[in-house]
Order: sequence, then structure tokens, then C-alpha cells
Amino acid sequence: MSDTITLTLKVWRQRSADDAGHFEIYKAKDINVNMSFLEMLDVVNDTLTLNNQMPIAFDHDCREGICGSCGAMVNGVAHGPVSAVTLCQLHMRSFSDGDTIVIEPFRAKSLPIIQDLVIDRTAFDRIIAKGGYISVKTGSAPEANDTPIKKTNSDSAFDAAACIGCSACVAACPNASASLFVAAKVSHLALLPQGSTERKRVLNMVDQMDAEGFGGCSNAYQCEAACPKQIKVENIARMNREYTKQKLSR
Amino acid sequence: MAKLNSHEPSGPVDEKWQKHMFDMKLVNPSNKKKLKIIVVGTGLAGASASASLAELGYNVHTFTYHESGRRAHSIAAQGGINAAKNYCNDGDSVQRLFYDTVKGGDFRARESNVHRLAENSVKIIDHCVAQGVPFAREYAGLLDNRSFGGAQVSRTFYAKGQTGQQLLLGAYQAMMKEVERKRVTLHTRCEMMDVVIVNGKARGIIVRNLLTGQLEKHAADAVILATGGYGNVFYLSTNAMACNVTATWKAHKKGAYFANPCYTQIHPTCIPVKGDYQSKLTLMSESLRNDGRVWVPKDVGDHRSPDQIPEDKRDYYLERKYPSFGNLVPRDLASRNAKEQTDMGKGINGGLAVYLDFADAINQLGRETIEARYGNLFDMYQQITGTNPYESPMMIYPAVHYTMGGLWVDYNLQSSIPGLHVLGEANFSDHGANRLGASALMQGLSDGYFVIPNTIGHYFGSNSLEKVTTDAPEFEESLQAIQQKIDTLVGIKGSKTVDHYHRELGLLVWDKCGMARDKKGLEEALKRIPDIRAEFWDNVSIPGDAAFNQTLEKALRVADFLEFGELMCFDALHREESCGGHFRTEHQTKEGEALRNDEDFCFVSAWEYNEGKKPKLNTEDLTFKDVPLSQRSYK
Repeated sequence: MSDTITLTLKVWRQRSADDAGHFEIYKAKDINVNMSFLEMLDVVNDTLTLNNQMPIAFDHDCREGICGSCGAMVNGVAHGPVSAVTLCQLHMRSFSDGDTIVIEPFRAKSLPIIQDLVIDRTAFDRIIAKGGYISVKTGSAPEANDTPIKKTNSDSAFDAAACIGCSACVAACPNASASLFVAAKVSHLALLPQGSTERKRVLNMVDQMDAEGFGGCSNAYQCEAACPKQIKVENIARMNREYTKQKLSR
Repeated sequence: MAKLNSHEPSGPVDEKWQKHMFDMKLVNPSNKKKLKIIVVGTGLAGASASASLAELGYNVHTFTYHESGRRAHSIAAQGGINAAKNYCNDGDSVQRLFYDTVKGGDFRARESNVHRLAENSVKIIDHCVAQGVPFAREYAGLLDNRSFGGAQVSRTFYAKGQTGQQLLLGAYQAMMKEVERKRVTLHTRCEMMDVVIVNGKARGIIVRNLLTGQLEKHAADAVILATGGYGNVFYLSTNAMACNVTATWKAHKKGAYFANPCYTQIHPTCIPVKGDYQSKLTLMSESLRNDGRVWVPKDVGDHRSPDQIPEDKRDYYLERKYPSFGNLVPRDLASRNAKEQTDMGKGINGGLAVYLDFADAINQLGRETIEARYGNLFDMYQQITGTNPYESPMMIYPAVHYTMGGLWVDYNLQSSIPGLHVLGEANFSDHGANRLGASALMQGLSDGYFVIPNTIGHYFGSNSLEKVTTDAPEFEESLQAIQQKIDTLVGIKGSKTVDHYHRELGLLVWDKCGMARDKKGLEEALKRIPDIRAEFWDNVSIPGDAAFNQTLEKALRVADFLEFGELMCFDALHREESCGGHFRTEHQTKEGEALRNDEDFCFVSAWEYNEGKKPKLNTEDLTFKDVPLSQRSYK
């Protein structure tokens, strides 16, 4: 296998939220297969820059798959063809010489496009602000080992808490629902004894999700398939259970 | 040259903080809401400070260049956080954590700060567990620990390889709770461009709204910087792409002293550089050295694949040279030894890499155990390199990871500008010349949750602050200067990318001011950096205008690195000794270990900006009463 490949990129370009947007076609020549997808975009952007054209805007930061900044639809799939990785951890060895790659932003009404592949995900922050925490004040905590937590619960809480807030779940969902994101936080906190005194959080968080215009869950399971952190849909079931319980006990 | 006063309290080291807590002035609860505090940065230090100050009732305004508080680079910390809980019954204590940290820092940290850090460590774990941080647990439901370098006890708490993520989410959520209660106003996608000083005190900042490109003025009663380290001056580092020195550098230019910029940490276990296109380096957590064994082929030119090299033809050099700490020596030693091996030509295939081998651990403990401990790290390694670390050893090499230097602060975390406080990696105070693993998370949270909420009250209680609004002329002056700089940058329309210059600077300082430094190389760097800077300002290409423009964001950061890099090399040249991460080849023991010069350099170098001239040196003498000065030994 050769170490370099040449690709045709079909990239969504959009100046601002008001702009209609369109696809542009670029050639990505002599791309080293060991590059990450974002490094490939860096190379394309260098060429654009030197031709005094606007580089493709995209959010990214840690490039280790944990900050949750990056993400795009690659050939219609959130974060691209390899499962359980973010776009920054997708490497060009997953593509072949001569491929055409279609690159679009994550699309959802509640996540408006800022420019090109950059989207506004502040809706997620507003959902967390409605209850995605345990209201302990600094200084008031008891000794950490006073409350043992069953390892299986603690492990499940961790698995849910591993969410990086990238919004691939929303982009993949036919209803643009944020259920997996909200459920991950609700589950993380509901599974821990520390989080059990404020279980009403689920009502406020779900209300905020609705107010932001995210759709409902209709069990398409696309979110789980798209999630780079492999957050499970069973969290959504847990959220729904929590929601019903809290609604009835109001 | 001035001698700086650390304002540390008198008395025995283990009573200082308690005594200080009592001696400090307080602010009446009803007065707190009238006091506005600006916090810049939402990593562990910034988010925890924002949450805690808001809980106390202050009016907090928090700024981040990220789209959300949850993206800060603390999120990428893998291995863990130290705390002197002694849950393992292996002889740990606050005193031992204090001792290990002072020694690990090669006797270049302030004892009183380190002791306070060790004291606070236990409260951090309590608080984070109460917040719902899902630390690893044992089957009895109690917290689990592992070991990190520079310690012979197990005191590191962890959440798989995602400890930083879980701690940051805890702090971010606590901050968002205060956003909902309207006591924190969060300004996202806003990058700090300058600190505004009015009548000698920090009274506000200028930020650039990254969405619109507009410059904004914000006034306050105090300013807190929690803006992280400057590791990206090296271009390639394990830092996130946007990590930068701008906030601290701008504060420095306004009068804040920059302390020990030459203390940079090169982390021993990172994935080696692959090609010119590489944009960043990826760390493999130090926790891997609990079970992984570091080795190189014994013979130069032995390019067989690792499974073909028999035991007696391998050199487990860390175990051989440092039998008592073995693979868990501190980072500076592990990195330098890797360099020594590759310099001798013993690197893998003669190149810049050594093995980190899990075969023995997998044989002894089973693949399942190793998978439970490091699963996500192994997956990440495979994703990036395309090879399976369960089957063949990892290839690793040191990379820039953390910066111990930072803005000088006193015991109250106040910089040399009254009212400007500095937390976390952005300050210099706790790690000396080398930070131990799992201590960065501890320091960020100690500063934010437990130190600044107390010391900032003391600042307000001891100073009468006149009312200042953004109408003060200092705000407009500062804004105009920045606007001019931006207009100039955008107008250059040159023929080289921002990355071109960043890469050139990075390669130069890595070569001359990296794992090993000498006088000649540093002098060369000091000659070359101004040239690169001049070329940048002459020929950089920034397409587009001054609105939302990611290239411009990067250019503004690189412009500051191009100034800061000079100070870093200047400091490295000035410090005629080796200590921790600062290794001057002229100063080493017969065995090749760092040789300190306590006679002449047992002080903090706190540089004062001196427009157009060489920086001025101020010093803070370091005294070691409780951990007596000695040559570090991990043998």
C-alpha cells in the first residue's frame, strides 16, 4: 500500500448563519495515510491560505478525542466511517486513493451553523445549567469513603459520564433529538447516591431540551451508533423512567 | 534587582495555612455581591474558582475562548489526581506528599505553597466525590488508588484514563449551577487580549469576541487568570491546539513578573513524531509505567522486531539505573534517559523512540486486567499508530507536556500587579523545576476551590477600591492598541502561513531549549527568534477580515509566542545550573544527573518586562527548612 493518497473533497462552505451555503470541491493531493482527518484538512487549508482564500473553518482543540470540539458528517456519517472515534482520531488510512469525501457540518435546528463546519452548541450548556449537577457547595463535603458505592453502579455512572458533548448523537438522529446527551448526564447522576437527592433535575433538563427545539426519541438508535464514546441507549430508557417517576411524584 | 516578598505567614510549615486563614480579612456576605470578579479560563482552576466564588456571593464574570466551559484542556488529563488520604495504608501522609513534591520539584518550589497543596489534596477528593465524580472503585465500593512517578506510595485517584475529563465536568457543572443562579455570567468564544490597570491595580480586561471580531471592555474589582501553560511555544506538544501564552504574556507586559519560564516539562511517554504534517503530540498516561517496562535494544544497530530480541539483548535502563523507583522515576529523569539512549543510537531502529512493554504484565495479570486499567489508552494508541499494543510493545518518546514556570504569585496567589491573581498552570508556585505526575489536577483544584476563595477576600478587605468603569481612559487606550495590532496583522497579506512561523519557532526552541540546553545553543536561539518574529510581521498570510477568523486567532497567539520564546531562552541562559526539567549540559554530575547550584541559584527568577530592552531580574529567595536541600536520588 502506498503511503500517500489523493482525494476529492466536497466541503460545505457557509459564510454565516444567514448565508445559504453551498458545496465546494477541492483536491487533497498526496495525503499521508498516517495523518488524522483534521491534519488532512490542515493541509487543504494551508493551500487555500496561500491562495488568499478563506480556509475551511472547523472547531477542534485537543485532537485526542476528549474535548468534544470537533465533528462533522463524513459521507453522511457523524465522525466518519470508523466507529467509536471522534473526527480527530479518524486517520486517513481509513480511506483509499481516489476517494471522494463529502464533508458537512452536524446539522440540527437547535445547533445553528456559525461558519462552514463550526456550529453553535450552547444549547447543551443551557441544558446542563438546568440541573446537570449535584448542588454541593465547596467546603461542605463529607469524607469521601463514608459512602461506599457499588462498583457496578459506579462503573455505569462512569460510562454515562464519559460523554464529551460533541453532538454527534443529535446530528445522527432523524428527529435531531438530544436524548442521548441529556440521558447520559441524568444517568450519571441518578446512578450515584450523591445524586439521588436532586432527582427532579430530569424534569427541568428535559423541559429545556424541548424548549431548545430538539426532537423526541423514537428509538432509531442512530445516536448510539454515532457516539464516539459508545454511550448506550439504555441511558435513554433510564431517563424516561426517571422522568415518569419524578413527574408522578411531583 | 528587587527581592520579592512571598507574604507567606510565619510559623511552622504545617500551621501556616490555618494561621493565615484566621489572620486574613473577611468580606461581609452582603458586600460580596457588590464586588465583581473577572475569571479568565474555564479549566480546572478557572471553573472551580468561578463556582466557589459565586457560591460565596461574589458577582463573577467568566471568560473562555472555547464555545463552552467544558472544552478546556484540563479535560485531556488522563492519569489521575494525588491526595494524601493513605487509604492504602502504605505510609502516606500530608507530610509525605509535601516531601515528595518538594523533592520531585528539585528544590525550586516554595515550601509553604506546597504544604498547603498537600493539605488541600484530601479535601479535593471529598469535594469531587460529593459532586459525583465517578472515580474508580474497588468491589467493596471504596475508592481505588494507583501509583505515579516520584512516589513509593499509591495515592493517585483516577477515573480510567479520563480523570481530567471527570474532574473538569464536575467543576464545569458546578459553574453552570451558578450560571443558572445568575451569579456567574459566562462569556464564551471571548479571548482575553489585555489586562487593564487603573491606578496601579488590575481593574478589567479587553476581550476579542471571536464570533464578531469586536473588541469589548470589561471592568471589575479584581481579575483572576487561569489560562494554563505555554507549552505550545514548542509548536508540537501534548497541549490542545488553542493553548497559548497570550493572557499571561499580556499581563507580563503590563507589569506582572514572569517566573522561571525555562522550567518546562517534557513528558516521557508520548507517541513519537511521525511526519512533518503532524499538528500535535499525544500523551500516553504516566500510569502506564505502573505496569509497562521501558527498554531499548542493548546493541546499537539491533533493528530486529521486538519479539525477536531476547531478554539478554534488552536493556531495561530505568530498572537498571534506578532500582528503587525503577520505571516510576520522575518525568524529567525518565525523559532525559530516553534521550540519552537514543543519542547513543539505541533508539528503535536507531530513531527517536523507546519501547514501553506490557508483555510481562499481561502474562502475570491477564489481558483483562490490563484492559480494565488502560483500555482506552491502548485503543487510542492503536487508533493513532495502527499497531496493537496488546501484541507488540508501545513505541514512545518524550514530548513537551506542561510548564512549571508562569506568572509570579505570592502566597495569596496574587501577581506583582495588585488585584491580578493567577491560578493553576498559569502561575509558577507549586511544582518547582519539575512537576510530579497527577499533581497538576490537584494544584488547579486546590487553587480554585480552596485557596482563592479565601485569599481574594483578604485582598478586598485590605484595599479600598474606587469605582472604576469602562469609561476610564485606560480601557480605550488598551483597546486601540490591540485594534491597531489586529489591523496590521490582517493587512500584511504575505506569503507564508501562521503555522509556518509557529513551526519554525517551535523547532528552534525544541532544539535549543528542550530536553537539554547549553550556552551556545541558547545564544543562537536568542539571535534567531527576533528574526523569525520580524519575518512573521513582514510576510504572514491571513486571509479574510477581522471578524470570525480562525487564522487570525492563531496569528495573534503565535505573535505572542514569538515574543515569549525569547524570555524563555533568556531565563534558561541565565540559570547556570541544572534542575528538574531545566538541564544545562554544562552542569551535570558524573552520572549525567542534573547538578543544581544552590549556592548561586536557590531562588525564583521573576522577570520584569522592559520594553525594547533585556528583561529585569527580580528574585525570591527559596529556603528549605522542612525538606532539607539535597541531591535528588531515585536509585
